[in-house]
Amino acid sequence: MNAPAPAAAPAAVFPDPVAEAKISAKNVSVFYGTKRAIDDVSIDIPRSYVTAFIGPSGCGKSTFLRSLNRMNDTIPGARVEGEILLDGEDIYRSKMDVVQLRARVGMVFQKPNPFPKSIYDNIAYGPRIHGVTGSKSELDGIVETSLQRAGLWDEVKDRLSDSGTALSGGQQQRLCIARAIAVDPEVILMDEPCSALDPIATARIEELIDELRGRYAIVIVTHSMQQAARVSQRTAFFHIGKIVEYGTTSDIFTNPREERTKDYITGRYG
Amino acid sequence: MSDSFEQIQAARRARMQAGLARRYAADRRFRLLGLSAIVFSALVLAFLLVSMTSNGIAGFQRAELRLTVPLKGTVLIDPSRLAQADPLGGLESAGLPMAVDGAADQAFGAGGAGLLGNSAWRDLGQAIIDKPAMLDQPEATVSLPASDDLASAMRGGGEPALQATAKRLMNEGKLVRAFDWGFLVRSDATSPQAVGIWGALKGSMMTMLVTLLLAFPVGVLSALYLEEYAPRNRWTDLIEISINNLAAVPSIIFGLLGLAVFLGLFPNWRSAPLIGGMTLALMTMPVIVISGRNAIKAVPPSIRDAALAMGASPIQVVFHHVLPLALPGILTGTIIGMARALGETAPLLMIGMRAFVASAPSSFVAPSSVLPVQIFLWSDEIDRGFIERTSAAIVVLLVFLLLMNGLAIYLRNRFEKRW
Amino acid sequence: MSPAVLLLLAFGLGLVGWLAARSRAWAFRRAAPGGRIHSLPNFHAWYVALWIAVPALLFAFAWNAISPGLITQSVLADPAASVLPAFGFERDSMLSEARAVATGSAAAVFNTEAQGLVEPFRAAILRYEAIGLIVTVLIAFAGGAFSFLRLTPDFTARTRVERAVMNLLLFASLVAILTTLGIVASLVFETARFFSMVSPIDFLFGTHWAPDPMSSGAVDGKQFGAIPLFWGTIYIGAIIAMIVAIPLGLMSAIYLTQYASNGVRQVMKPLLEILAGVPTVVYGYFAALTVAPAVRDAAQAIGIASASTESAVAAGLVMGVMIIPFVSSMADDSIAAVPQAMRDGSLAMGATKAETIRKVLVPAALPGIVAGVMLAISRAIGETMIVVMAAGASANLTANPFQSMTTVTFQIVAMLTGEGSFDHPATLSAFALGMVLFLVTLTLNFIALRVVKRYREAYE
Ligand SMILES: Nc1ncnc2c1ncn2[C@@H]1O[C@H](COP(=O)(O)OP(=O)(O)OP(=O)(O)O)[C@@H](O)[C@H]1O
Ligand SMILES: [Mg+2]
Repeated sequence: MNAPAPAAAPAAVFPDPVAEAKISAKNVSVFYGTKRAIDDVSIDIPRSYVTAFIGPSGCGKSTFLRSLNRMNDTIPGARVEGEILLDGEDIYRSKMDVVQLRARVGMVFQKPNPFPKSIYDNIAYGPRIHGVTGSKSELDGIVETSLQRAGLWDEVKDRLSDSGTALSGGQQQRLCIARAIAVDPEVILMDEPCSALDPIATARIEELIDELRGRYAIVIVTHSMQQAARVSQRTAFFHIGKIVEYGTTSDIFTNPREERTKDYITGRYG
Repeated sequence: MSDSFEQIQAARRARMQAGLARRYAADRRFRLLGLSAIVFSALVLAFLLVSMTSNGIAGFQRAELRLTVPLKGTVLIDPSRLAQADPLGGLESAGLPMAVDGAADQAFGAGGAGLLGNSAWRDLGQAIIDKPAMLDQPEATVSLPASDDLASAMRGGGEPALQATAKRLMNEGKLVRAFDWGFLVRSDATSPQAVGIWGALKGSMMTMLVTLLLAFPVGVLSALYLEEYAPRNRWTDLIEISINNLAAVPSIIFGLLGLAVFLGLFPNWRSAPLIGGMTLALMTMPVIVISGRNAIKAVPPSIRDAALAMGASPIQVVFHHVLPLALPGILTGTIIGMARALGETAPLLMIGMRAFVASAPSSFVAPSSVLPVQIFLWSDEIDRGFIERTSAAIVVLLVFLLLMNGLAIYLRNRFEKRW
Repeated sequence: MSPAVLLLLAFGLGLVGWLAARSRAWAFRRAAPGGRIHSLPNFHAWYVALWIAVPALLFAFAWNAISPGLITQSVLADPAASVLPAFGFERDSMLSEARAVATGSAAAVFNTEAQGLVEPFRAAILRYEAIGLIVTVLIAFAGGAFSFLRLTPDFTARTRVERAVMNLLLFASLVAILTTLGIVASLVFETARFFSMVSPIDFLFGTHWAPDPMSSGAVDGKQFGAIPLFWGTIYIGAIIAMIVAIPLGLMSAIYLTQYASNGVRQVMKPLLEILAGVPTVVYGYFAALTVAPAVRDAAQAIGIASASTESAVAAGLVMGVMIIPFVSSMADDSIAAVPQAMRDGSLAMGATKAETIRKVLVPAALPGIVAGVMLAISRAIGETMIVVMAAGASANLTANPFQSMTTVTFQIVAMLTGEGSFDHPATLSAFALGMVLFLVTLTLNFIALRVVKRYREAYE
């Protein structure tokens, strides 16, 4: 196994010319044991835009996404090098409270994973543990607005005490999104949120993402080029642990600078 | 090449065909063998249960003599005395034993008093204490326990003369075998006619309570630690090896530990439920840890991810999500472990729980007996009456075990989740 | 002052602290911009409650342990103590009498000299109880004040409370190690005392076992030859019982997993569980009452005059029946772990079910089955009640299964429930036997668990 080579060539940095950076990663490498899954990645993720990560399977999109709210900490042997700044603060500094970090940077997973509790308790869980509310009526309000924003309110308002696992897959995923926004995060990370859903449910989630834009910085990993083109304003193309190209979505899809990007989005490999 | 390919193939087919019947027969024989193994096990279980219950039913009965005892004018006592301390003593000095003996002599002929159990009058005394109005009646017709000898004569044992007496009294309807409620409320005694199971039952319940209170929290907490938090290092390995081995160490070794350590520290609490419970807790804890870990492992990781990504701390993840979901599995394991502890005898013998204790334990540090030890002690008695009583005690024990196992199976079926 | 009072006191003060801290944290929250403070009010509450209750309880337990000694010392310093004899048993019994009267657990003293000590005892007990109570309360207040003053809106109460919970979890899992150490220590200590009286060579290789718990004077090591015990244990537990349990258990498992219909399986599996759940004392009673006489009669009928009621065969048979469910469930697990593909491969070639089982499944599952049998043997040789009730006490070194034989566990029970004193080598020999039993079962379990683990990994 080769020792990780020192970054001899200056790593490509992709400053965003338009939007101010919400998260900015500097020379980030992620290791599983000795295996390097992310290799010296630097990227600025803008506030109030949707950023899409695309790339072939196994290139490290999920790994990089999970390192943004330190969910990597839960994998034994995973290790992060470099700096990830959230509003200018390094989230890997030793003083960082991961609990508060994750309240600020929420996450939605590939497979919907509601708690086996009532719909209400699913949404109320975050506000409760973070002590967001002082009263029951305030909590009711949060549950309602979160469900409304996730476009689920009308479907479930009469069955809030039913189990969250009794919903359909698409509803479950919207429940998970509602749960994530109930704590008012600043960033929402979504790892292939539609891969377990049918086209109609997918369309609803895409609509939802579009509605949520502006309020949150959203990062979405997706395997669907169409989806990336539809929902995102920025796109980053990952390949074998590196970001090959990063720019506005229209640039990436209409005139990619790199040959590899072009091959991938036109489906020549991946 | 003498044969063509087709010929060889045809010959092989024929041989295969010929062997087929034999192979199917072997298959059937093998299957039959398996069936008979399982049927044998079922038969043994059935035989065991049937022989215990049929003997046990006899054990719930005792030989009783019916007689009429004069009360008003014979037993002279101020009714307020019955409300004071030691009311039986009051009745004794008021002449109740003499009244009973006299009535027995009259009813059963000369020497009739000797046919009654040693302190048969106490049964009547207790009835009077419960209902003092009886003293105002001229007489009372009661059933009182027969003596051990008469009881065994009734079964056709002992002296021929006594057997003849028993036969005569049975024909007259004065000697009967009657269901003995008292068996469930009395404690150990020297005569099989007078023993009861309550003392041992209460001792067992108190011991189990101590075991549960100690083993359950420790077991669940260590299962949580090992499954959710423990770093992979030598200490953790050591803990795991300890638990796996403790789960397989013979129970009698735990008795030796209890004897050397617990009785060494608290020599005054010999044969107390507290010490018994502590010893059994050490034995039960590994069972709870192992079943608890399996239940915790079955909770899908996506639940933990979801909670962590919401900003729950590791402790909150476990206590809000993992533990509630794993609880039915943990409880099932706990009940099975407790059922095993309830039937355990050897370690309790080691810590002295084999003394003759004639009353139910009044505290957790008072000498006590427990059901399985009581069974062991009675099984050593020679009197035929004790054989039936032993089976009755076994029936009581088995009923409790069946209830516990039934509860465990119910919990498992009701809450078992396939994720 | 009973421990219960102290417990209640500590919990009561803890509750007060809990409530006070909670309301203070709520006040922080109302004042904080955006209503956010670092930790939920409940965590502040628990932080303070822990600081109040834990140190106070620790002190209370320590005080309960040392105060009796202090009380006795202060009584001995009293002039009234001069009446006591200087040393020995009488002095101790007088002291404990006086203490019993002073605490009210006895009505009057038996030795009149002890009467003078009752008052000093009463005074000392009162004094030390008062000291204990006051110090406990002081510690509780100190802990409460210290922790309460640390509360601020930014205070990391959650982190600290969770660290305490984590330590509790760690401590709970250390209990297992402590138990193992306790077992080893008590066995080693008493065994060492035994071997200082009887040579290990005599014990491990002698063939004559006849310790007399009542004997006095010089110890005769020749009476402590444990070979007949080891033989009886192996003969009953590892030979006779296994002859019953292995074929029956294995065939039951094969039938249940490979042949039985779903319905049959659903009835038979719980049935086997019930068989496994029957207490050993019940099996023992069954062996002694029903099986043993039947075996003796049968043996005498076929002309074995020496057949005894307490025969090895009766105990072994019943023990084998007891072990059947255990072997069956271990074999069940091992067979289930064999990949379906192997079975399908064999069936697809036209093998019958029986051939597939005999030639493919069982050989593939063999390591697991062997490990299961080792665990079963370890169970059988550690089993106590069946042999105590059905095997007998005479240490015969014979291969005749109809004779009485004794086992290690039987002798442990016999030596420790007799009347012998705790220092007598006969009593101590029980611990040496326990040590041998512990080491043998430990080895068997360790190897078996290793084999099972390796085998599972091979098929994963
Ligand atoms: N827990 C882990 N332990 C070791 N290696 C891992 C682990 N998780 C991922 N990897 C490796 O890290 C690399 C990146 O994986 P990652 O899951 O981030 O890819 P991905 O881009 O999300 O792929 P996909 O599109 O299939 O989800 C892969 O080579 C993978 O094998
Ligand atoms: Mg992925």
